[in-house]
Amino acid sequence: MDTNLYRRRKFVNKLGLFASMLAMVLGLFVLLWILFILFKNGFAGLSLAIFTESTPAPGSEGGGLANAIVGSLMMVGVSVLISTPIGIFAGVYLAEFGDDNKLASVTRFVTDIMLSAPSIVLGLFVYAVLVAQVKHFSGWAGSLALALIAIPVVLKTTENMLRLVPGSLREAAFALGAPHWKVTNYVTLRAARAGVMTGLLLALARISGETAPLLFTALNNQFFSTNMNAPMANLPVVIFQFAMSPYDNWVSLAWAGALLITLSVLALNIIARVLFRERTAG
Amino acid sequence: MGTPPTTSGMMDPRMVAVVKKQRIQDFLFHKVTMLFALLVLVALAGILVSLMISAWPAFQKFGIQFIWTNEWDIINENFGAAIAIYGTLISSVIALLIAVPLAFGIALFLTEMCPLWLRRPLGTAIELLAAVPSIIYGMFGLFIFAPLFADYGQPALQSTLGQMPLIGPLFGGAMNGIGLLAAGIILAFMVLPFIAAVMRDVFEIVPPILRESAYGLGCTTWEVVRYIVLPYTQKGVIGGIMLGLGRALGETMAVTFVIGNSQRIRESLFAPGTSIASTLANEFGEADDFHLSTLFALGFLLFVITFVVLAIAKIMIMRSEKAQGAKT
Repeated sequence: MDTNLYRRRKFVNKLGLFASMLAMVLGLFVLLWILFILFKNGFAGLSLAIFTESTPAPGSEGGGLANAIVGSLMMVGVSVLISTPIGIFAGVYLAEFGDDNKLASVTRFVTDIMLSAPSIVLGLFVYAVLVAQVKHFSGWAGSLALALIAIPVVLKTTENMLRLVPGSLREAAFALGAPHWKVTNYVTLRAARAGVMTGLLLALARISGETAPLLFTALNNQFFSTNMNAPMANLPVVIFQFAMSPYDNWVSLAWAGALLITLSVLALNIIARVLFRERTAG
Repeated sequence: MGTPPTTSGMMDPRMVAVVKKQRIQDFLFHKVTMLFALLVLVALAGILVSLMISAWPAFQKFGIQFIWTNEWDIINENFGAAIAIYGTLISSVIALLIAVPLAFGIALFLTEMCPLWLRRPLGTAIELLAAVPSIIYGMFGLFIFAPLFADYGQPALQSTLGQMPLIGPLFGGAMNGIGLLAAGIILAFMVLPFIAAVMRDVFEIVPPILRESAYGLGCTTWEVVRYIVLPYTQKGVIGGIMLGLGRALGETMAVTFVIGNSQRIRESLFAPGTSIASTLANEFGEADDFHLSTLFALGFLLFVITFVVLAIAKIMIMRSEKAQGAKT
């Protein structure tokens, strides 16, 4: 027996497995490191003023992020209102009428690509069709750009979740003589409700941290404003501008904002996962 | 599928009326949902067309040469995309060189070595890495990673790889942390979770019988993965890598913070550069008519490049799933 070869194989095996464990440890380490830094720098800048005061002027002390938080919430809210019906209806089409159907398979393909398409290009698009036409930046434009990012996420999860509903459930409803729209509305969508909610939450998480498309659409606003037809402050762009600035209090506000965004995004993700797990378990 | 069960034999006129009404409702239901699906396609076409229209003045002036002109002179309005394309490609390639082996290791660990009860939490942790907004990666890169990299990483690289022939000059020059290499490293950790998730998913669909026969022949775990799992899942793995590449090419915020934003191609990877996305993020706000049009041209190029890469990724993953369906 060739013990040399045997030993070498064992060694290569150990080496490979050790390296893969190292990769896993490195991945986890980076996640924890980022979170640690965020907590450390973010909590230092966190205070009640963050929620009550607007972003400070250059050179002035103190200030908060109230205008940016409100702006972000409004734009994200509107974009969810736009993307939810479009995503769910299109998802229903793909799941209910989408077998052996050219239009459906093309839509599915395009959706998968849009899911990873560069968000900055979507910002350019909204700039060209909306901002350049009305000649000013606005909260509406920001919402539209965010909605374009959210639609593929909602669409994709809706289709997948509807397809998970057992066929016998739908067939039973059809056998009772229910028309197709009632079967979808009262049976399939009801059964997949938690799953569809998961999709909405994931979309929400995805757009909450998006920065690039907002640079060309909502821009920023130093003052408190709830006018969706004017440039609107929002957390990501404020973080971007403040982090690159030379003022210490701006940088510290940027860290606080970064902490707020990351915590909400991670929380949304975890809630979505728990919701989905309960649904599949039940 | 489109119509409810027929009702021949029921002659009650009220019934017939109900069925008729339902038929119309179902017809509308079908068309309305189809309209929304069409809307998605229209949006894509709209993006391409509107970018093209806005970019037209630039394309008209520079023609196809725009793509390889190594020039970005805002004052004299002489523009070329070569610098930004170079930065985009190089930073993405660096990201893949780092992320692919790591993702492979993570996928191997999660599918072959990890105790069952740990699989879910560890898998979720890696997926959460993908959920962290890109601007956070950017801040982390600029404030935390870049100083450390300048103090420890770059000197170490310069004294080792920098001394080698051929690739030596890549690691020369001033060491200030930010630059193409730093952007590539930050990108690597951004795309890592996407690649790792696809790899894990395709590794999991390898039929147990293949694995077990190999183990039965006396293969080690490493050999099973290297000679059975990897060849079997080849297409899916390549699809995952292309997916990561698509993400890396279009990433904006993380890159903008650490790439240095300089419109020049330099030999060293330590030197600052720029990418398509970071050029857009930096210059769009101050651009006027013609400059704006060239930025749109850059955006159009970026969209086309990522579209092609992502389409290849999608087709690869689809084929690997189809092959899986045929074999089982």
